[in-house]
Amino acid sequence: MSSAPSRSEAGAPAIRVSGVSKSFRGTVALSDVSFELARGEILGLLGPSGCGKTTTLRVLAGFERPDAGVVQISGASVVGGERWLPPEHRRIGVVPQDFALFPHLCVAENVAFGLPGGHRAWWRARWSRALNRTRPPSPRVLEMLNLVGLSGFAERFPHELSGGEAQRVALARALAPRPAAVLLDEPFSNLDQHLRASLRWTMRRILKAANTAAVFVTHDREEALSLADRVAVMQQGRIEQIGSPDDVYYRPRTRFIGSFVGDANVLRGRLSHSGAETELGFVMLRDESRGGDGAAVDVLLRPEQLELKRCEASDPEYTRIVSSEYYGHDQIVRVRLTSGTEIEARLRTDIVWLPGDPVDVVVLDEGVAFPLTE
Amino acid sequence: MSALRWRSQLPIVWLLALAGAGVAAIPLVYLIVRAAQADADAWDRVFAESTLRLLLNTVALTVAVTASSAALALPIAWLTDRTDLPLARWWRSIAIMPLAIPSYVGAFALIIAFGPSGSLQELLAPLGVERIPEIYGFIGAWLSLTLFTFPYLLIVLRAGLRDLDPGMEEAARSLGQSAWGAFWRVTVPQLRVPLAAGCLLVALYVISDFGAVSMMQYDTFTRAIYVRFSAAFDRSSLAVLSLVLVALVFVVLAIDWSQRRDARYHRLGSGAARAPRLARLGRFRWPALTGMFVVAAISLLAPIGVLLHWLAVGLRAGETFPGLGGAALNSVVASGAAGAATVAVALPIAIVVVRRPGILARIVDRVAYVGYALPGVVVAFALIFFTLRVIPDLYQTLAALVFAYVVLFLPQAISGVRASLVRVQPSLEEASRSLSRSAWQTFTGVTVPIIAPGLVAGFALVFLTTMKELPATLMLAPIEFSTLATRLWSNQEDVFFARAAAHALLLLGCAALPMIVLFGENRELRA
Repeated sequence: MSSAPSRSEAGAPAIRVSGVSKSFRGTVALSDVSFELARGEILGLLGPSGCGKTTTLRVLAGFERPDAGVVQISGASVVGGERWLPPEHRRIGVVPQDFALFPHLCVAENVAFGLPGGHRAWWRARWSRALNRTRPPSPRVLEMLNLVGLSGFAERFPHELSGGEAQRVALARALAPRPAAVLLDEPFSNLDQHLRASLRWTMRRILKAANTAAVFVTHDREEALSLADRVAVMQQGRIEQIGSPDDVYYRPRTRFIGSFVGDANVLRGRLSHSGAETELGFVMLRDESRGGDGAAVDVLLRPEQLELKRCEASDPEYTRIVSSEYYGHDQIVRVRLTSGTEIEARLRTDIVWLPGDPVDVVVLDEGVAFPLTE
Repeated sequence: MSALRWRSQLPIVWLLALAGAGVAAIPLVYLIVRAAQADADAWDRVFAESTLRLLLNTVALTVAVTASSAALALPIAWLTDRTDLPLARWWRSIAIMPLAIPSYVGAFALIIAFGPSGSLQELLAPLGVERIPEIYGFIGAWLSLTLFTFPYLLIVLRAGLRDLDPGMEEAARSLGQSAWGAFWRVTVPQLRVPLAAGCLLVALYVISDFGAVSMMQYDTFTRAIYVRFSAAFDRSSLAVLSLVLVALVFVVLAIDWSQRRDARYHRLGSGAARAPRLARLGRFRWPALTGMFVVAAISLLAPIGVLLHWLAVGLRAGETFPGLGGAALNSVVASGAAGAATVAVALPIAIVVVRRPGILARIVDRVAYVGYALPGVVVAFALIFFTLRVIPDLYQTLAALVFAYVVLFLPQAISGVRASLVRVQPSLEEASRSLSRSAWQTFTGVTVPIIAPGLVAGFALVFLTTMKELPATLMLAPIEFSTLATRLWSNQEDVFFARAAAHALLLLGCAALPMIVLFGENRELRA
């Protein structure tokens, strides 16, 4: 019926997706999605809920069948035309959102599940456990447990693990059969907020050590920017932009991406020379090729690209502080401009800003301009 | 979201599920076809005056038992769950124990206690009491059915009580109501839905009960069908009579459905986890305890005591109880086969219902639940003539009997398997597929081990119910194949009270076996 991906080429990308489309009962979930992923590269799919990022993952895993398009894994086609390889023949590891550890198997058995010889009947494993004749875990299982830092956990059962431990077991289980790529669905959504930052780093270290390509799905921009080598921003079933975290953050291709990837101030302006005239004065632009001089644009500036200066002004209409939110490492200060527009600046916390203080806004860096659609 | 792995693997599961639903539908379809072929004569005979009497008898008994069960269960539920009744935890278990006594065993105990030449008569004879009030008839049927079915209502009511927000009662108390007043004016009205659900259970039980009413010689539909069947009545009028009985069941179901639709708007959001404050019984403490004790004595101690008494009488008279062991073995074999077969039929249906929800799955589900509404007498009668006509080789075989059990108890097994299947998140199966296991390997290596407790529980439940089943066993069992239930029945008919008592006690013992499994499972689930 089907066979393992044949003719895998050494130099081929780990994953190649081109022109994949899919709809559910008339609702478009994916439309012409294409991207490539090199070996050892981590791609983050970022987007609001319902944008198609999870569907992309499920198409790669083989849990959904696309209506059109081609998917190649290590150069061998798994989806394309009439060809459709079921998930068990794809060499793709999956870490589901709920981790889906098999509750009837211990940690070592979970990790061994996808390995050759892991097909031992569960009741036989139970039986030998009852007789105290358990086999020691295979070297590969030990290697994986070591990699994820859970060497002493082989005999534990899933219900005895914390969320972070369960996640690492799921990762070890997915990595054990040396898959061409690992797919992670909202990897941190089931974990405590304060654990996430350290777990992101652990996850990245493990994936890099295993040198496996990985695709993960998230709606959390911090997660996407800090974990991924490249980020693909999705909206309404399309990949709107794909690039390095720095790229999508400072050079968003659309206003939507700009405000989805991070906090954004948007100001009206007119193009002139290599920048734009705005309420804050002349702002340098990273990409000036978006219309001729005089064209109306929206200029996007990140809060950390702004600086405030105290000034003396008696005019009540002058630019003034509205409020400040203190976060410890920095503060977000809201400012009302003369026109009434409110913008935000991310500042160090060495100066205390009081509501009503008159200030001048200084633009520190280059902005991005988008032509007005109206 | 659609899951492709099932689409490619499903045909066989669908096939099995549809076949299972088809099996469940056979008796009803047969009845309808048969009744449609009946000539006008058969219909005339059925709609004679005698049928009207049967209908009145059945309805009267159903209404009386349901009302008295509610009257018994409601205060007991409140006393054991919401008051400081001493030893409330014990009373909670004791009050549902009568469920373990099949109503016909209870009826039998009542007969040997209160009947002519029964224990009470013996006791009172020296005092010159010649006659005691007649136990046979409506009184006996009503009493035995109430005493041994009210725990159904109790269980449902108690679950309902637990779902209620105790804040409501507290609000009523703060507005000046006494504990009792708050119960009647706030709690009881909110218990309408569980009360209706419990009453439905009891009413269905009474309508389809055969053993108790027959022993008490009270003419209802089930008894009439059995008697006419034994007297080799013509099939068409039997089919029509059965259909009238089934129609009665559906009337009850329809009343319940309309109630529920109406009640949906009144249902509260899921209640707080906070434990309710217990009402102080104060000076009503002793009357309440006495009441509880009386109920336990009549519904639990007395029947078992009387059975033990007659067993002792038999032993003293040198009774050897021939065939007791064989009957017990037969009971276990039949119940085990029924349990295994029913769970096997239920599994694909549960998979389809849980994994592929849709119009077809809903139809399969509904059809599989038909057995829930069919009295055992009707299923047995329909299957006898169906096998005689379509598969004569099956007639008078154990297979035909197991067939009937599957139809009757499929709903129980499905709900058990379904509950455990819901706990297997699809992501577990997907994870297994991504780890290079095929759909079949995933099913045997992941799904089955996880749902194993549910399968065992479903088996135990069907085992228990089959053990107690009387009418279908009586009508369908092969001639030489007698079980504890059927021998209890025939010994009782022949007035071998001691022998019947021995069978009854052994039956209670065997039925307690799967209860241990069920309770063990529950404890595991809770941990």
